[in-house]
Amino acid sequence: MSRITHYFKSLLLVELFQGMGLTIRYMFKPKYTVRYPMEHIPKSNRFRGLHALRRYANGEERCIACKLCEAVCPALAITIDSAPRESDGQRRTTRYDIDLFKCIYCGFCEESCPVDSIVETHVHEYHFEHRGENVVNKLQLLAIGDRFEQDIAAARAQDAAFR
Amino acid sequence: MVDQLWTHLILPVLYILAIAVPLILAVAMFVYWERKVIGWMHVRMGPNKVGPLGMLQAFADVVKLLIKEVILPTNSSKFLYYLAPMLALVPAFAAWAVVPFGEKMVLANVNAGVLYLLAMTSMGVYGIILAGWASNSRYALLGAMRAAAQVISYELAMGMSIVCVLVLTGSLNLTDIVHAQAGNKGFLDWYWLPLLPVFVIYFISGVAETNRAPFDVSEGESEIVAGFHVEYSGSAFAIFFLAEYANMILVSFLAAIFFMGGWLSPLQGWITADAPRWINWIWTGGFIWLFIKAFAFSFLFLWFRASFPRYRYDQIMRLGWKVFIPITIVWVFVAGLMKYYGLVTIGTGA
Repeated sequence: MSRITHYFKSLLLVELFQGMGLTIRYMFKPKYTVRYPMEHIPKSNRFRGLHALRRYANGEERCIACKLCEAVCPALAITIDSAPRESDGQRRTTRYDIDLFKCIYCGFCEESCPVDSIVETHVHEYHFEHRGENVVNKLQLLAIGDRFEQDIAAARAQDAAFR
Repeated sequence: MVDQLWTHLILPVLYILAIAVPLILAVAMFVYWERKVIGWMHVRMGPNKVGPLGMLQAFADVVKLLIKEVILPTNSSKFLYYLAPMLALVPAFAAWAVVPFGEKMVLANVNAGVLYLLAMTSMGVYGIILAGWASNSRYALLGAMRAAAQVISYELAMGMSIVCVLVLTGSLNLTDIVHAQAGNKGFLDWYWLPLLPVFVIYFISGVAETNRAPFDVSEGESEIVAGFHVEYSGSAFAIFFLAEYANMILVSFLAAIFFMGGWLSPLQGWITADAPRWINWIWTGGFIWLFIKAFAFSFLFLWFRASFPRYRYDQIMRLGWKVFIPITIVWVFVAGLMKYYGLVTIGTGA
């Protein structure tokens, strides 16, 4: 009996019509596509993107050259040299390089920083056009920090209760 | 002299262009429509960047293909390699000569139109076989062999299902076949009703004949890369593409003509009101109806492709030889009985 029903089912293409019914229903469903450059999916405030060095509100750089980030970095992407600043003798970095090709964006540098200086911003769309540009220096990092300070501060404020 | 030149050269060429140019444009838009529909069925959007709603995508692709180099594989047979795309394309376009788009809207109203069509659609496989052989590639040869066996098997089922139509009509002329489906019972007068199983078999055979999913083992991306046209690039590949899609559109038109009453209206005989011409084609029929029907059939090609996984090769052969051919042969007999006992009303034409 089951053979007979199977025979008629295959002859009347029942299962094929079921399949076609499924696809035609999917045809009119709303699409999942995100048209990327025009549309973005929301990002977590803990998103770890391009690095930045922050400043205090009075313009003084936060970094005190404690080198904790350099020590904790599992990919050895950070290189720091330090010396007393010429103007007031404070301990400051003379060199702060991050090799973005080595960096694995783990966020340990940000976690280890006692003064919230090195942070990872929400910027994830960036590129290099020449060899060597993957190593970003202190001036570039500070500039990135100046440019995105508002976003960085807002993200840190949102996350403050959970730290 | 000028008269003769006009009637024997310029006018025929104009007629041919009047069919060929819209056909090429239709193929371009059909490719776009295919990508769009399959995208929608995959819950994607399909091409939407080139031009409004991505409608110029196909033209961008054509330009890309035309400016690419046609690579000639080492040790390939040069003459046949370049001949094969032409052999695939010419029958796909030549077959359109006998397709009646409407009352008296046919390039060649020949009496053996169906025979001509069968001959032309069978010719296309030579292009495929030669392409596979001339490429000097194992993948291409495998694809060509699969395509040849498949097309020949399904040609039989397709031919037998057309025989059913011929039994009922009693004519090989395509215009007569459409006229025979005229009547006053609307779309119930068409051949799809008395020949329902044959109609289904005809269309499925048409899908197999054009090597489309789910019968696309001759291309079989996952097994033999692209089958017979794996070595072709640039404009030669574009020609194969053009031929394949022209064949798909042709099969859609023929399904509409053989079984769905061609240009006849599905409301024929039900409404007899007088109305201005731009509105009364809805019930008196016109080429727009043929286009609507063909569009519906060509949509089925895309729908199948988005729905069904590819058949295994032995299953394709089993389906063709052990299922389709017996059913069509039985139905030729049934059609004969229906004709003999007058169960089907055969219209005589408008």
